[in-house]
Amino acid sequence: MKLRSLLLAAAGFAIGITGITETDRAYADELFFPVFVYRTGPYAPSGEPIANGFRDYYALLNKRDGGIEGLKVKTEECETKYNTKVGVECYEKLKNKHGGALLVNPYSTGLTYQLIPKAAVDNIPIISMGYGRTAAADGRVFKWVFNFPATYWSQASAFVNYVGDQEGGMANLKGKHIAHVHHNSAYGKEANPTLDTLSKKFGFKLTKLAVDHPGQEQKATWLQIRRKKPDWVFMSGWGVMNQVAIKEAATIGFPMDRFVGNWWSGSDADVVPAGDNSIGYKSTAMHSAGVKAKVMQDIIKHVYGGDKAAAKTNKVGEVLYNRGVYNAALATEAVRDAVKKSGGKKPNGDQVRAALESFTVDKDRLAKLGMSGFANPVSVSCRNHEGAAPGVFIQQWDGKQWKVKGDFVPAMSDVVRPMVEKAAAAYAKENNIKPRGC
Amino acid sequence: MFYREAGQFKSTYGADQAIFPIVQDRWFMVLVLLVSYVVVPMFADEYWYQAILIPFIILALAAVGLNILTGYCGQVSLGTGAFMAVGAYATYKLSTGFPELNIIIVFLMSGAIAAAVGIVFGLPSLRIKGFYLAVATLAAQFFILWVFNKVEWFFNYSPSGTITAPPREIFSVLITGPEASPEARYYVVLVFLTVFALAAKNMARGHLGRSWMAIRDMDIAAEIIGIRPLQTKLLAFAISSFYCGVAGALYIFCWLGSAETEAFDILNISFPVLFMVIVGGLGSVLGSILGAGFITLLPIFLTNAPPVIGLEISTELQKHIEEIIFGVMIIFFLIVEPHGFNRLWQIAKEKLRMWPFPY
Amino acid sequence: MEVLNTFFIAPVLDMADSPIFLLEVIIGGLMAGVMYSLVALGFVLIYKASGVFNYAQGAMVLFAALTLVGLLDNHVPLILAIILTMIVMVGVAFLIERYMLRHLVNQAQIILFMATIGLNFVFEGAGQIAWGSNVKKLDVGIPENSFEVGGVLINSFDLFAAVTAAVLVGVLAIFFQKTSVGRALRAVADDHQAALSVGIPLKTIWIIVWSVSGFVALVAGIMWGGKAGVQFSLVLIALKALPVLILGGFESVPGAIIGGLLIGVFEKVSEVYWGPAFGGAIEGWFAYMAALVFLMFRPQGLFGEKIIERV
Repeated sequence: MKLRSLLLAAAGFAIGITGITETDRAYADELFFPVFVYRTGPYAPSGEPIANGFRDYYALLNKRDGGIEGLKVKTEECETKYNTKVGVECYEKLKNKHGGALLVNPYSTGLTYQLIPKAAVDNIPIISMGYGRTAAADGRVFKWVFNFPATYWSQASAFVNYVGDQEGGMANLKGKHIAHVHHNSAYGKEANPTLDTLSKKFGFKLTKLAVDHPGQEQKATWLQIRRKKPDWVFMSGWGVMNQVAIKEAATIGFPMDRFVGNWWSGSDADVVPAGDNSIGYKSTAMHSAGVKAKVMQDIIKHVYGGDKAAAKTNKVGEVLYNRGVYNAALATEAVRDAVKKSGGKKPNGDQVRAALESFTVDKDRLAKLGMSGFANPVSVSCRNHEGAAPGVFIQQWDGKQWKVKGDFVPAMSDVVRPMVEKAAAAYAKENNIKPRGC
Repeated sequence: MFYREAGQFKSTYGADQAIFPIVQDRWFMVLVLLVSYVVVPMFADEYWYQAILIPFIILALAAVGLNILTGYCGQVSLGTGAFMAVGAYATYKLSTGFPELNIIIVFLMSGAIAAAVGIVFGLPSLRIKGFYLAVATLAAQFFILWVFNKVEWFFNYSPSGTITAPPREIFSVLITGPEASPEARYYVVLVFLTVFALAAKNMARGHLGRSWMAIRDMDIAAEIIGIRPLQTKLLAFAISSFYCGVAGALYIFCWLGSAETEAFDILNISFPVLFMVIVGGLGSVLGSILGAGFITLLPIFLTNAPPVIGLEISTELQKHIEEIIFGVMIIFFLIVEPHGFNRLWQIAKEKLRMWPFPY
Repeated sequence: MEVLNTFFIAPVLDMADSPIFLLEVIIGGLMAGVMYSLVALGFVLIYKASGVFNYAQGAMVLFAALTLVGLLDNHVPLILAIILTMIVMVGVAFLIERYMLRHLVNQAQIILFMATIGLNFVFEGAGQIAWGSNVKKLDVGIPENSFEVGGVLINSFDLFAAVTAAVLVGVLAIFFQKTSVGRALRAVADDHQAALSVGIPLKTIWIIVWSVSGFVALVAGIMWGGKAGVQFSLVLIALKALPVLILGGFESVPGAIIGGLLIGVFEKVSEVYWGPAFGGAIEGWFAYMAALVFLMFRPQGLFGEKIIERV
């Protein structure tokens, strides 16, 4: 290599990196939403539909409504590959762009952990919908973090509620056997303390089976299940682990309708490799799948120009696509509240946070959003960032699509909430945070 | 003409054995230090600190550590992530257990703990060599991360299984935790890199470095001339792990702020740091730093360059193309210069010596 | 005393408690081991012939499987799709030789290793650009039902994989032992320079060997892809093959098979019986630890070439 070419390369390199700092201009009429996506890498199968959901909902807002309360919606995608390091770069790059991010949806467990302490410094609220730190539900300690509509712990308790319901009453849980198959990571273990507590309370036997990352080989786990014959299996899986688990469950002949995944183990991609063997598999869900809801029809009409085939290849109606739409819609509504409160002007991060703390989406508002029967109402308070009545739907795979079965299953907040507050207090103590009074 | 050693006479042994015996090298060092300590902070904003400079410096420190083991002593290791994790978790335990302890001392103590762990996992290196050893260090990688994931004591029984850097200060300036300013954290990591890199250079030119290189070049021959393989190899493991441990502690405390074991995953840390060492040049401190720059900055450059020249492509296609270019560049680089950036630096020095004449 | 019980007595009692289940675990381990061997074989072939520790083997598995699935999705008949995929893999081998290996002759092993890591990125990017990052179902008509033999559950898919591996090893053995190309390959493996001096075309041999390991990657891709769907995570199975390699020895085909079976059984038995004592998910590092302990006694692995050091 010649010296000159080396110098040239170095110069070009420097320009390339500095090129991202853009010239300042006024962004008073634009609301900026950074969108962190993972369309590549090992988790792309779940990242792609979520990213499409976000993209399409924001496009819908601009096309159908002309933005939010008259202000244009500006988005920018940044690919994190589900890697914390890349995610940090994305966050730093986007947080001050286009007049500043109003809120972030990190969509990566590692990145969420990283951003939680930073949110208060950068004044950017975090919405971590169904991931991240459960203790953040305590708004007194985690002022800037919101994890409605439910946390992992609420989810686990709702699952137990559901099992009790299926067994014909909570009293019948006594002597039953539930196995928790979980990814061996901080995320996978989230449900364990809740399940432990509930197993003591209701007297069911709990077996915890950890699966090593990434989980392509689970023979040992499922042989143990075959031997111990639990009545129910709950799974906190992630990525390829889900697909293999469903397949292995079918191999040992475990009854699929007693196998329930959490909301990261119940997407369309998860049931694909097992084919027909996965029929009957269940999972928790925050909302319904499919394109029945009015908002989905609007997306097909306005974003895809009525082209149903194009919508299908873009995964419209898949579980995680709808999750992206649901997440984008809730984030939008919170910002809408903030805009209204500031008299039609663009709010700052703190105003969005304030709006999130009195954020209520009731039945009427859901209907207005075109989400009647799509999701359950959410009501957030300063103290409770998880929402007042958390819980989950249970959906089942029928071989073609995911269908919600039965009613909304409430979480056992009386059990979960004290645990959340205890964990939050421990975090506050360790990090010299003074909890707010509210 | 810029880089001539002619006329520089050494009249003492001390001068002859200096870390930088040549005047130009000393001036170059002064220049580098001046740029990094004075000029860079004048221009850098938070994006530069948080997304580019701090991770680059911390990984450079880890790369210097691994280069001691792999470059100088010839023991290939894929356990860097684990040794960094030891440093990070040790710092977490020490700083939450003894909040009044000075955080710098905590960092160094954590490095020492990582060194002890490194010695344990270095023991097989006496029997196992080459790629067999590389794969064997993966045992350390997987085992240590499993332990940190499993044993709740290490993360203070936090139900989310993560460690979070508590706020700590030196000279009443916050250097860890979310409130710490990027400048403060930048200076902390930079001081660590400066001191540790100079120390590494110093070790490499002395008795220790020479015995490492003898072991690397042929361990039986080295043994015959009186170098004890046990002590020498284990010392390399210990010092390398010490560096990595400190780097790991800084990684969490001065950069990420909060993380779980996944942050030290083999694909996140162990492999990339090995790339840095190889691309930078085996057996070179400067090379490790340049290699770290290459491996951390190239992807950022590839991500940010297309929009600058007005190229609009979808995020995923761009990421895939970026991966291909990254791979091709590594291969291309190894073909044109298998000895890494360090060799390029030497070529540059040769040219400067001759300039303006071609030969 | 309690420690003694949980780590030494309870697991053994557990085994004795239900011998049929123990048998089932062992069979499960053997089946998993076969799958590891399929990946490890690709590593061994390349290492044997060119001294390259090919980190990109996992990405080659992904690339081959993605290509096959992509063709099948476009309604190409199965046999034709396999043939076309093989042609692609041969083309890839040709490109690798032409643009990479040829320029890296005589470099240190670690440089070659590093180059294959670069190759890994290229495969990952190219495979996903061509065929996307979705999970794809790979259905080549392998039966998937399970049946019980004397209380032991056996899955036809696993059985099929075992038979495939056996056939594959048989074919490779014949190829290596009986054909002139195979003999040339063995000569190259023994000594590059000597082989060159008797007129063996090194470059052709390299193309052949990378093609063969491309073929092995395709077989591994079909098997693993059938199990978990064809998706990016296939790349990560390379990490599962590494303990197999150190246990079996880098240069030995039978080593890859026997190493795979041993690691498989060891993993499953340890996870099922000792997992509860340790807290679960131990099979990953247990495999590496076992290989490490084994290496202490035999530094070149089970069937690796004896390391002779001269000064």
